[in-house]
Amino acid sequence: MTGGHLALTDVGKVYDSARGQVVAVADCSLEVRPGELHVLVGPSGCGKSTLLGAVAGFTDISSGSIEIDGALICGPGRPRAEPGADRVVVFQDSTLFPWRTVAENVAYGPEVQGRLARKAAHEAAREQLAAAGLSDVADRYPGELSSGLQRRVEILRALCNEPAVLLLDEPFRGMDALSRSSMHEALLEMYDRSGVTVLFITHDVEEAVFLGTHVSVMTTRPGRIKSTVEIDLDRPRSHDIVTGHRFRELVGAVSDEVRVEARRAFEAGEREMIR
Amino acid sequence: MSSLAFATEPRSTGARRGAVGILVAVLLWEVATRLDEWIGLAVPFVARLPSPTEVVVDLGGLVSSPGYWNSWSLSLQRVALGFTVALLLGGGLGLLMATRPLVKQTFYPVLETLRPIPPLAWVPLAIIFWPTQELSIAFVTFLGAFFPIIVNTVSGADEIDPRYLWAARSMGANRRVLFRRVILPATLPSLVTGASVGMGITWEVVVAAELISGGGQGGGDGGLGFLVWNAYQGGDLPRVVVAMISLGIAGYVASALVRYVGDRLMPWKQAAVS
Amino acid sequence: MTLLTLSRPSQRRDDPLAASGPEPHGRRRRRLRLGAALPLAALGFLIVLGGWYLTVELLALPRFRALPGPTEVAAEWFAPDPSYGTSVFTPVYYEHILASVRRVGIAFLAALVTGIPLGLALGWSTRVRQYAFPVFELIRPIPILAWVPLAILMFRSSEAPVVFLTYLAAFYATTLNTMLGVQSIDPNLVRAARCLGARPWTVVRTVVLPGALPYLFTGLQIAMGVAWFSLVAGEMIAGRLGLGYLINSSYTTTRYPTIVVAMITLGLVGFASSALIRLVGNRLMAYRARGTAS
Repeated sequence: MTGGHLALTDVGKVYDSARGQVVAVADCSLEVRPGELHVLVGPSGCGKSTLLGAVAGFTDISSGSIEIDGALICGPGRPRAEPGADRVVVFQDSTLFPWRTVAENVAYGPEVQGRLARKAAHEAAREQLAAAGLSDVADRYPGELSSGLQRRVEILRALCNEPAVLLLDEPFRGMDALSRSSMHEALLEMYDRSGVTVLFITHDVEEAVFLGTHVSVMTTRPGRIKSTVEIDLDRPRSHDIVTGHRFRELVGAVSDEVRVEARRAFEAGEREMIR
Repeated sequence: MSSLAFATEPRSTGARRGAVGILVAVLLWEVATRLDEWIGLAVPFVARLPSPTEVVVDLGGLVSSPGYWNSWSLSLQRVALGFTVALLLGGGLGLLMATRPLVKQTFYPVLETLRPIPPLAWVPLAIIFWPTQELSIAFVTFLGAFFPIIVNTVSGADEIDPRYLWAARSMGANRRVLFRRVILPATLPSLVTGASVGMGITWEVVVAAELISGGGQGGGDGGLGFLVWNAYQGGDLPRVVVAMISLGIAGYVASALVRYVGDRLMPWKQAAVS
Repeated sequence: MTLLTLSRPSQRRDDPLAASGPEPHGRRRRRLRLGAALPLAALGFLIVLGGWYLTVELLALPRFRALPGPTEVAAEWFAPDPSYGTSVFTPVYYEHILASVRRVGIAFLAALVTGIPLGLALGWSTRVRQYAFPVFELIRPIPILAWVPLAILMFRSSEAPVVFLTYLAAFYATTLNTMLGVQSIDPNLVRAARCLGARPWTVVRTVVLPGALPYLFTGLQIAMGVAWFSLVAGEMIAGRLGLGYLINSSYTTTRYPTIVVAMITLGLVGFASSALIRLVGNRLMAYRARGTAS
């Protein structure tokens, strides 16, 4: 499977609040080529989740357009994209369905899309779980799993739909450092295997540089893409690169840019936009 | 369009649409009751009901009569009496059970066994026991509110995060301080919830008692429930609906009052809303 | 808060009919700590029964002595040939029980069939809620029994008004709690389902309905409770057969022990029906039992 091509062109988002009109995002342009693991970093409230929401189809955009593989999913005359399995989102908090077992969760996409009959979807799900080494939790309920396991299952559930783009919204936020590094490995392993295009949002610069093929920095509100850096570290990534010179160089460069924005955001006292 | 997944519209549409909904409902009501005389088509069930215009006219006339407001005060008195006793006894016993596990384990099962018996089933026994009808109504009203209050209080105390208690003890709190400063405030929200539920039940019981006593022995004196029955017996249908609406308003106001007082007693809850 | 504005779920929790949240599974077990619990509970019953016996039969205190005492009631209830006509051995006892249970059953079913879809619609669609909820909330405060005259007017038969009142009470509770259940669902679950390719109707079927179940079942228990409440009231006023009617008629014919027999039976049947709902709920939501803290 090869991933899709995501193009955001001059995307803007204005919304009404008690204080009047707020420009969340303005003239945001971003290109994510097939197979990239593109990370978006920026301070809290800069609008990165807004962009992701626009791509996923949860929010309207006020201006600009978004295309996937050349097809317009939202733009002039069509402010909101239709949510679909070509752009699956993995959220910060677990959205595994608590009333379905792990296998049933993973089978959910293919099942409801009608691509596979119920039984076939479950079989396929079990195969995927086996390939990812998660067979022994297939019949458990999400409530019985650790949060790390839940995240892995959730990413697998997303990937089972062979999406054009996989969208991850700070999925490892709040995890302790050890779990987080295990999750990075798991994600990278799934990414390498599937070749899907990924748009990953985080405010952790080290995470961004470690995971990504490209890192884009977003300014504070009104958010726009400030710069994009190509991460030329070897793949597959392993943890020993973290102490390497090139890694630290890249982290330093990106951090500098992010810090400027973070400072601005801090002084402006912006609260994170309520979704 | 789902309200769960996507952004919502400006707030003013809500009020507007609500008003439209109510207007449509009233219009449908008016039409349904009038269809018979307009075109000879009797809508099943609804045709015999009084129309909104008749009701409004009757209400207009009633509002100026002292007897109407007398009914209000009679019902309110009964509600107040039964509810207050239920609050004091229910809240008091609830807190007692909350702080003394021995008492709870001994008497709570009995309570749970008596609870499923509907309050109105106690009416005959209450009439036999209490010397006056007012007292028996008050007793049944008390029972209605008592169970929700005590059950909620106990379960509220059950759910207090033990860390509050540990923290207080580690700061040197003795039993009395623990009760006053930790257990009481922590149980208050559940108690208020129980009181709200109890208030709703209280109104149901008072109306029932007024209906039963008014409809049965004819000795029932005033009250809004009695007004309903009296109007029905006299064939005054618009009056029946007026009484029903009055009861609705009274019940709503009473519950709102309980919630309001409860909120005032718990200022920290309001402050916590971000 | 005016009647026309929407109240947030947190305000709804102070509502008499609204569940304050799905009952956590482990709570029941926590109360039944064995060892000291059973003998103490028995002691409690003994004290209450003893007090009853003492005040009514032994000491025959004024006012108390007019009441039926525990031995009278027990004797009557279990007598093969009861002097007041109703015991576990008489068929009429079961006829009364059946009549009440049947009425509650029909009313409850009707409340489910009408209340759950309405609740789902109110919870799911902002538009529907904005149009319909204010009307619902304006009618709901009217006490169930105030509907008696209109019910008699609307329905010609003598059974229908009683069932209607019972239905109304259960309907309010079911609708309200279904709506709250839908509103309590994490919006991200819905978004996730949409992302995974589910069309809106599929989302309702696979996410909203299962997600609302906990609140719904707690609400159904409440609905069952108010249904019994209304049924008894209705039967006492306008019934022909049934436990509420039995209580009333036993009173008017001075068959006092039978009053208590009927009351206890009501308690038992009411408890059993709530327990049944709880059981069904636990089966449907088996996943909650297995979930540990996440």
